[in-house]
Formats: sequence, structure tokens, C-alpha cells
Amino acid sequence: MDARASASEAQSDKLTGARILRAIEASGIEFVISVPDITTSEGLLRLIVNAGRPRIIRVCKEDEGIGICAGLAHCGTRALLLIQQTGLLDSINAIRGVAVEYALPICMMVGLLEKEPGVPSRQSKRYGVRIVEPILDAMGITYQAIEDDRDIGKIAPAIDAAYAQSRPTVLLIGRRPAAS
Amino acid sequence: MMKSDECLKILARHITDEDIVLPVYSTAFDWLAIRPHPLNYLAHGAMGLASSHGLGLALGRPDRRVVVLDGDGSLLMNLGSLVTIAEVAPPNLIHCVCENGTYEANGGHPIPNRGKVDFAGFARAAGYRSVHTFAELKNFEQQAGAVLAEQGPVFIDLKVTPSGPQKRDYQLLHGADVRAATKAALAAL
Repeated sequence: MDARASASEAQSDKLTGARILRAIEASGIEFVISVPDITTSEGLLRLIVNAGRPRIIRVCKEDEGIGICAGLAHCGTRALLLIQQTGLLDSINAIRGVAVEYALPICMMVGLLEKEPGVPSRQSKRYGVRIVEPILDAMGITYQAIEDDRDIGKIAPAIDAAYAQSRPTVLLIGRRPAAS
Repeated sequence: MMKSDECLKILARHITDEDIVLPVYSTAFDWLAIRPHPLNYLAHGAMGLASSHGLGLALGRPDRRVVVLDGDGSLLMNLGSLVTIAEVAPPNLIHCVCENGTYEANGGHPIPNRGKVDFAGFARAAGYRSVHTFAELKNFEQQAGAVLAEQGPVFIDLKVTPSGPQKRDYQLLHGADVRAATKAALAAL
């Protein structure tokens, strides 16, 4: 299945990890750098681990991943940092310096811990969720909300654009994906 | 203890035009004077991240040797990278820490638990393939070539003292022109 043309088969109340993984692969991602995230742990990260591709690099702290992605980007190798929004918040200075000020294609897929499915993140009752998009706006970082299968078609273009324009991008995962 | 610049001069004799070198802060200013080269990767964006950039480069260019010249204060900010590097185990990564016991570029204040913290012990416990400590120039001079030729990840704790007053122009490390030159040099490999 062409991961870039699967929107017509997508469901509005479901997010499917296998579809996300196909979109990641279609984006030319060779490495996924990750600290396990509760939102994507079972429905995506475990799929990637079981598939054996892209190659997983386990890091101890999310800002390590910013540096690793930068080194890989300088070698022309695409990578995706798969983390939780708590890790995004913890890595703000690294993202500021490496991704934004150095204008590097750091691509982040970020699970929104405890976001209510179907609710826009800015309207979440959770403070830690509500603040994410405004922070990204303040930093001038583009982002896409990946709420259900209809949004998966945004993933590959967002990653392609980040590398084409040498700038960071964030894909916000708004609910726990089912594996298949 | 070794003077930092004298130690780096010995190291530089064993660095080839093929190698990518990532020096940080005060070490970077000494290194630039000793070995200016397009493959000096100088801009790390945030303190502590050099070892992580180095891991990315080592993974992206497994055909090249990558040498990180970390600081002790910097490494303390990213100790987890020792564990990450040990698991990935890139055979082409050399990770040196220039241990001067201070945040030299930030006023010379001591690092926490200076003189007691054991960086080589950290690396060994994390699982680096090979770990060395040098405090005497003569020993380092005798063994540097062999140690740098080992299969990585190799960790080298260099016990150093500052080389002297430095004129630190940070644009030489992360100015836009410097970053563009590094990017071009890496793309041309």
C-alpha cells in the first residue's frame, strides 16, 4: 500500500501504528531514536522494534537524540526522534540551539501523554498538553497534529519538507495508535 | 597532569585528514590553533551534546573515524550518552574527555566533586569497549597511536591543566559561515 495515498481507507476514530510505520518508511527514515513514550509505546515503537527497521537507537534522554539526529543529518541520513511531550519540553534548549538556530532537519514524532482523543491539544484539560503547540509557535517550529488515520498522509510530506528546507518539524501524536 | 595544548598536539599527530573531530569549548580553541581543518565539527548547539553529535556522525559515516574531544563539565551534562554509545558500540568512535576539573570557559568554577569523580570509571561501567586514562605527557606520547587505532568505542580520560589565557571568539565555533563550511566538508566526503 502506498502510505502517501491511503487517506481514503482511513478511519476518523482510529490511529493505526502499522500505517504510521509505513509513512515513516516512505519518508526515507533510516534511524528511529527513542525514549519510550506511553502514547506510542505499544502501537508504534514495539512495531518498529519487531520489524527491525528503521534501526532503533535507544537513548537515555531525549536531548541526546537531537544531537544524534544532527550528526546523521550532516551525513545525509534521515532520522526520526520518537519521544513523549515531556521529553520535548525537557529538550527545549537543545532544540533551540541545534534544530532552530542551526536550521537542521530534526524531525520529532511526539506522543501527547494523557491528551483526550479527538480533542485539539490546545483545548486539552491537561496543562502539559495545552502548552505544547504554543511553545512550538513561539519557537517558530512547524508541526502537524496526527489525531487519526486521516492525518497519516501528513507525515511523509512534513519530513520531506523538513529535509528540503533544512528546518525542524514536529508530528504530534494525539491518541494511542492501535498496532494494526 | 598535562598541559591541555601539549596533550592536544600529541593527539593531533595521530589525526588524519579523513577523521572528523568534535572539540568543545576551551579545548576547541586550543584545537583550532593546533589543527585547523574543514572536518573539525565545532557547532554542537547546547552544552553536553558533542558526544551525541559524534554518535550520529559515527553511525552516518561508518567509514570514517570520529573523535570527540569532550569536556568534563560537558560530559557531566550528558552522562547518559556513555550508556547509549556503549550499547550502539560504533567501532569508529573515539571519545576523549579533557578533564581539567573546571567549567573553564565559564569562569573556571570547579565541576561537582572535582578530583573524586571517576570519568574512566563511568565509561567502563557504561560498557565502552576500551578505556584509558593518561595524566603524564610521556605516557600519552608513547601510547596515543596504539590507543587511537583501537576498535571503538574507545574512551580516553586526559587529565589536563589549562593551556593558558585564551581569546575566545565563539563565532569561530558556531558562526553561520563555520557551520556552512563544516556542512560542505561533510557533504563532500
